[in-house]
Amino acid sequence: MTRATARATPHPVSRPASRAARWRTDRWGAWLGWGAAVVLPLGFLAVFFAWPVVSLVLQGFFTETPAGRVLDLSGFAEVLSQDRTWRIVGQTLAQAVTGTVLSVLLGLPGAYVLYRCRFPGRTVVRGLVTVPFVLPSVVVGVAFRALFAPGGMLGWAGLEESFAGIVLALVFFNYAVVVRTVGGMWERLDPRAEQAARALGATPWRAFRTVTLPALGPAIASAAAVVFLFCATAFGVVLVLGGLRYGTIETEIWIRTTQFLDLRSAAVLSVLQLVVVAGALVVSSRARTRRERALHLTSDRVSAHRLRLRAGADLVPALVTLVVVAGLLVLPMAGLVTRSLRTADGAWGLGNYVALGTTGGRNALTVTVWEALGNSLRTATWAATIAVVVGGLVALVVSRRPRRPAMRRAVGVLDAAFMLPLGVSAVTVGFGFLITLDRPLGLDVDLRTSGALVPIAQAVVAIPLVVRTMLPVLRAIDPRLREAAATLGAAPGRVLRSVDGPLGARSLGLAIGFAFAVSLGEFGATSFLARPETATLPVVIYRLIGRPGAENYGMALAASVVLAVLTATVMMVAERLRGDRPGGEF
Amino acid sequence: MTHRTRRTAAGVAVVALLPLLAACGGDGSSSDGASGEGSSTVTLVTHDSFAVSDDVLAAFEKESGLTVEQVAPGDAGTLVNQLVLTKDAPLGDVVYGVDNTFASRAVEAGVFEAYQPAGLDPEVAAYAPDDLAGTLTPIDVGDVCLNLDDGWFEKNGVTPPTTLEDLTKPEYADLTVVTNPATSSPGLAFLLATIGAFGTDGWQDYWTDLRDNGVKVAESWEDAYYVDFSGAGEGGQRPIALSYATSPAFTVSEDGKSSTTSAMLDTCFRQVEYAGVLAGAANPEGAKQLVDFLTTGEFQADIPGQMYMYPADPGVELPADWTKFAPLADKPFEVAPADVAAHRDEWIEQWTATVVD
Repeated sequence: MTRATARATPHPVSRPASRAARWRTDRWGAWLGWGAAVVLPLGFLAVFFAWPVVSLVLQGFFTETPAGRVLDLSGFAEVLSQDRTWRIVGQTLAQAVTGTVLSVLLGLPGAYVLYRCRFPGRTVVRGLVTVPFVLPSVVVGVAFRALFAPGGMLGWAGLEESFAGIVLALVFFNYAVVVRTVGGMWERLDPRAEQAARALGATPWRAFRTVTLPALGPAIASAAAVVFLFCATAFGVVLVLGGLRYGTIETEIWIRTTQFLDLRSAAVLSVLQLVVVAGALVVSSRARTRRERALHLTSDRVSAHRLRLRAGADLVPALVTLVVVAGLLVLPMAGLVTRSLRTADGAWGLGNYVALGTTGGRNALTVTVWEALGNSLRTATWAATIAVVVGGLVALVVSRRPRRPAMRRAVGVLDAAFMLPLGVSAVTVGFGFLITLDRPLGLDVDLRTSGALVPIAQAVVAIPLVVRTMLPVLRAIDPRLREAAATLGAAPGRVLRSVDGPLGARSLGLAIGFAFAVSLGEFGATSFLARPETATLPVVIYRLIGRPGAENYGMALAASVVLAVLTATVMMVAERLRGDRPGGEF
Repeated sequence: MTHRTRRTAAGVAVVALLPLLAACGGDGSSSDGASGEGSSTVTLVTHDSFAVSDDVLAAFEKESGLTVEQVAPGDAGTLVNQLVLTKDAPLGDVVYGVDNTFASRAVEAGVFEAYQPAGLDPEVAAYAPDDLAGTLTPIDVGDVCLNLDDGWFEKNGVTPPTTLEDLTKPEYADLTVVTNPATSSPGLAFLLATIGAFGTDGWQDYWTDLRDNGVKVAESWEDAYYVDFSGAGEGGQRPIALSYATSPAFTVSEDGKSSTTSAMLDTCFRQVEYAGVLAGAANPEGAKQLVDFLTTGEFQADIPGQMYMYPADPGVELPADWTKFAPLADKPFEVAPADVAAHRDEWIEQWTATVVD
């Protein structure tokens, strides 16, 4: 025995035993670690989502009789036998499917131009594209109606109270989801596979169809699922632009619950909504897993090229992107910005922005808009923290591919479960909170009125986006890397730290940014939990626009512009943080 | 996972998050719910337009030794449904902002503890008739009326309409925008005005005529006022819009001498907003004190400037420009709160069938 090895292993006799013991503790540690990674997020989802929603829906299926609470499912027969119900289901599907298909078709060229090509101002356009995603829907609704109404810029097009008008607004909101999801994957795809296909004589279209498109498949399926859920549960914009004539399951649940307190019908409609959403998730998951595999990811420095307008190859996607960004995104937003610069007396200037330090015309607000902005930032910080911790754990668990089919299925269910908050009505969640979270689980805190529930409610909505941001990157890690690390003697914890950690952390910046942006814009669930002195920015915007007076209207628009700029900045910084690293879906 | 481990897991999750929860209150304000915090705190549940001057509230808190916490879970209609759903575990001690189009539903559901301040002015008490009497305390009132863009009528040489019937005449075709009673509280108030005017059997024909005369239905007040109403100055095309009797005070010209819009005072429905003590309140004594405070001269005088409603107390002096630009209707249309509670859903469905479908 040489001196060197002797020094390294001073007690050679005890070595096999200690190794076995260490292996056992590692294994136990791994089980414990994975157990916690599953239990903590599930517990969170159970308490702050499933319990409230299920309680409210169940309340609709039970009736009070002198003999006590009795299960009564007659609501199904009643609601399902009405023609109106099926018309509403049909409209929901039609709007959501059209909105999704259009978002994907228009988003693909956008993803290519913004993530595969280089041109001056690209970062700004990427930030700009995200803004609609978080604008308060009441403001977007009014902005679009101002365009579509007779006398508006697009008044001639007959879009007012039309299916086309609603679908355009849905694409406005969701374009960013497709561009970022698909773009994030596209920019990291190794271009050499496509180049090889071209060298072997394939036309550009054939090379795209047979090489690039299949590689993008999981990202497209994932984006489509998220967009579909957003479209199927869109509320404000559908109501403002379409009215009850174009009512969807979501608007109907809202009216049945908040206006009629008809929980019986609302419960049936909630079940219908769940069926639609679950169907969409199954379809998307099938499409994703069939195609998902380890990809050879690379740096965008390698893959991106200068935009080639002359050569023609980039001309069509560039034109499509230009038309969408200028016509669909910038036009309504420009209307907002322009109007925000016109003061109450009709002059141009920053008067509305100066007024953000006040409580509005005739005291429309209880806090100034800047105070509300402070509240929003504070709340969003908490919400983003919770969302990234919980969502990060879910992404880590779901990124594994267990060998046993039962485990594999369990992982799939976990993935889908955390998507559900996007597909369930905010009013069901909000009202569910009210009936369940009064001193939950023996705590001596009325969570409903404590203000603590606001960041939690926002986190519930942000978690699915965090998962979708981090998951593709974690999944694209070649499992052989982990196997190699394990073969070289790394314990499971060490593999996680040294393989998944550094690669996964690369999508973390973007996940934080997205979670932050989503909570900044969240209004639905927040509005049911608002405390006047800690009102958030979307809540005060909603209040301002609900008051007469040119001053209040101008302030509402100025505050929306502030929210938009803030969001765009957050997204741009998040993207910078990511630097030269494989990106996530958003 | 068994039921029990799931419960435990949920508990673990909540406990793990507790430090977070406690820290989320922000601004050092207490993050605890008021109820259960002893008798020094009283929680006021209200809708999103409640407002009071800081000094008026501070004076009350100092005098009574109470701390007032506010919770605003939604608009007026939503609020009542939330109260009904949470009646076994109320959100606070006092509610303010339940109006006469929704109040009876809440009273029927047993949301309130019967209480009215001693010595309430009979004229004020009269705003809470029948089943509301003795349970709810009227705090403020306001009229929902059609508003006119006076400049439009002057410019186009059209005589402005004055009555509900006028709106069905050909000269006013395609000029009116109202809001949907199923989704907007002024919309419901206006539907009630027409029911008050034409009776429970006559209003359907009136709305058929309105529809045939090109009335436009927007889903929310802001939508109707800012997008469709020409008087808001935002490019709208319709000079007759549903709003409030007080709205013309927001369109007063720079010199303060005239307003560019006016309310049609013969088309109004009077909304009354009430306060009440919630059944099961953690601090019922504090709740009563708070209701008393809402009827005092100090708070009543604060209402016009803060909430833009009329104080229920007729003895309170109004700001000068109110009498000029925002007078109340002499004879608003009325429907008894109990009738509204009994028929509202049915009326809204009939309305939808008549006007929308």
